[in-house]
Amino acid sequence: MALPQVKLDATEARLASMTLPEGGAWISEARDDALSRLQAMGLPSRRDEYWKYTRPETLVQPGAPAAALFDNAEAPIFSSLDRVKIVFVDGVFDAEASDDLTLEGVSIERLAEAGAADIHWAKDVYGVLETRGQDPVERPLAALNTAFATDGIVIHVTTKASKPVSLIYLHGDETSDAVLHHVIKIESGAELTLLENGPAAARFNKCMEVEIADGGVFHHVRAQGRDHERRAATHIFTRLGEESTFKSFTLTANGVLTRNECIIELTGDNAIAHVAGAAVGDGDFHHDDTVFVTHDALACESRQVFKKVLRNGATGVFQGKILVKQGAQKTDGYQISQSLLLDGDSQFLVKPELEIYADDVACSHGSTSGAIDDTALFYLRSRGVSAAEATDLLTLAFLAEALEEIDDETIAEEIRERLENWLARHRS
Amino acid sequence: MLEIKNLHVELEEEEKAILKGVDLNVGAGSVHAIMGPNGSGKSTLSYVLSGRDGYEVTDGSVTLEGTDLLDLDPEERAAAGLFLAFQYPVEIPGVGNMTFLRTALNAQRKSRGEDEMSATDFLKLVREKAKALKIDADMLKRPVNVGFSGGEKKRNEILQMAVLEPKMCILDETDSGLDVDAMKLVAEGVNALRSEGRSFLVITHYQRLLDHIKPDVVHIMSDGRIVKSGGPELALEVENNGYTDILEEVA
Ligand SMILES: Nc1ncnc2c1ncn2[C@@H]1O[C@H](COP(=O)(O)OP(=O)(O)OP(=O)(O)O)[C@@H](O)[C@H]1O
Ligand SMILES: [Mg+2]
Repeated sequence: MALPQVKLDATEARLASMTLPEGGAWISEARDDALSRLQAMGLPSRRDEYWKYTRPETLVQPGAPAAALFDNAEAPIFSSLDRVKIVFVDGVFDAEASDDLTLEGVSIERLAEAGAADIHWAKDVYGVLETRGQDPVERPLAALNTAFATDGIVIHVTTKASKPVSLIYLHGDETSDAVLHHVIKIESGAELTLLENGPAAARFNKCMEVEIADGGVFHHVRAQGRDHERRAATHIFTRLGEESTFKSFTLTANGVLTRNECIIELTGDNAIAHVAGAAVGDGDFHHDDTVFVTHDALACESRQVFKKVLRNGATGVFQGKILVKQGAQKTDGYQISQSLLLDGDSQFLVKPELEIYADDVACSHGSTSGAIDDTALFYLRSRGVSAAEATDLLTLAFLAEALEEIDDETIAEEIRERLENWLARHRS
Repeated sequence: MLEIKNLHVELEEEEKAILKGVDLNVGAGSVHAIMGPNGSGKSTLSYVLSGRDGYEVTDGSVTLEGTDLLDLDPEERAAAGLFLAFQYPVEIPGVGNMTFLRTALNAQRKSRGEDEMSATDFLKLVREKAKALKIDADMLKRPVNVGFSGGEKKRNEILQMAVLEPKMCILDETDSGLDVDAMKLVAEGVNALRSEGRSFLVITHYQRLLDHIKPDVVHIMSDGRIVKSGGPELALEVENNGYTDILEEVA
């Protein structure tokens, strides 16, 4: 089917100034394919059903809208953790600021290096999971990423990693337009925790593909945000083998536009995938969580837990789907999306979906939007807690279910602290 | 300690008068009880005293040790020494009981210009008070009142009171829902707090609590007014004969 003219025009305009990066044989092929995919589907427009609640224009247009740098004087998150630091400034790897890319049982390379080789194991993942994730819903910004990303990190995990790998995204240039693509492969029985933090750029397009073999475990915690005017479109594509585990948590504080897509494929029996998010926004803040979970094996468990706190006209979006394929019996699928609206100007737009082709499954989903509970507020105040502090306590309580998805206590505590500080800075 | 003069209160939402001229004077160190039929305005009085939204004071005044209470926010009233043990304690999912207690205690200390209590001192304090009320460690760890039985909730109110050490304690039907042993524990908790500088206003339907917490004065409230006051024998009269005789007598 021919693309509408507006889409053709927008896609052409964006691609006009871009050329496919040089690279080895395997990656050049992947990039060519991605470009063809992109040209066939065109970049998203506001008419697309999948972009009904989030306007894609600023993510699509050539050149990034400027974003001022913001310093809230807080030390960067995760600073106190023992970790392998990998720093990108405006999407460019910074060797000096980064640690040595060495970790026992884990191979860590830059995509720029892996892509220079003619053959590489990443060939079986790079663009592959993304391609699988294009059906049944198109994700053109991810195809754009696969075609044009020049850097990122390529990680192969063959053991239980002794410490987390921590990606730090610094933002230095007010009009930077960053594209990063990460590839992660967790071998059977291996385990890795990946941390991400920082605003990254004025506009950030990030794609992460995670292949988890039987019994592999992948933990992902990300703290996204900081700069008020930054924009981000991110994708996580993951495929899970038998009895493997994927757990991802995202904290978003600030950011004029964020679209986080997470596409999960449960292909091995008894696999577990949890994806959760806590977002707090004040004013010019639009935050979209779009999740697609496919159950294609027996007795897998998936959980989606998304909580958003919105004030001063902030907007939250949640589009979450659970697809249970034929034969995926004993599926346990859970989805909850909730917003706490701290005023009447803010809004929460949701589209939860269940599509089930197996008969022996337990799937539930729920969505709510509400204000602070007056009775609870009064109870706290009657004990001497100020209205502002009581509101913060109740807000943190609202977010608690999402934070509980973080297994590591220390990391969860850091996230909680960030939220506390953010709330204290954004009182009415 | 607490002085209520000619207090008139209406609901904010509809023009409905609930309190129609309450006069009450609780002296320092004394224990007053309020009894009265369902719907007579006892809980409303306790809410208005603690500053809950939804009520409009149309006339009268309330002072605590000379300070005008009605001008203060609920948290300021708490810092001034007022405490209400709720008839229906509120469940707060996601807020741990300990966090709640510590936040409250430190907020009050801060507003009085005192230092925050250290985590270890606080833990010691709460453990000691909780033990006396037979509140176990598990209950302290759980979210505020969530999944607590009726009696556990009431004991948790008294624990808060014991930790916060207010000057003016209002107990709204703290005895209802308590088994005999729990009632004793609660009464002991209250009696342990009795002192010259601390007063109590005990709202109850039953004489039994007053056997344990001996009141100095008993008031009968009916249709938004205190219609009769007397000594402890008044509570006995209610227990034996109900309200009909008393209300007829004052009508
Ligand atoms: N928010 C409200 N909306 C409507 N009516 C109210 C409200 N609050 C109180 N009332 C009414 O005011 C009257 C007094 O209520 P209150 O709860 O103070 O009674 P009470 O003496 O504590 O009764 P009980 O012994 O049953 O606890 C009742 O008729 C009640 O229905
Ligand atoms: Mg009552």
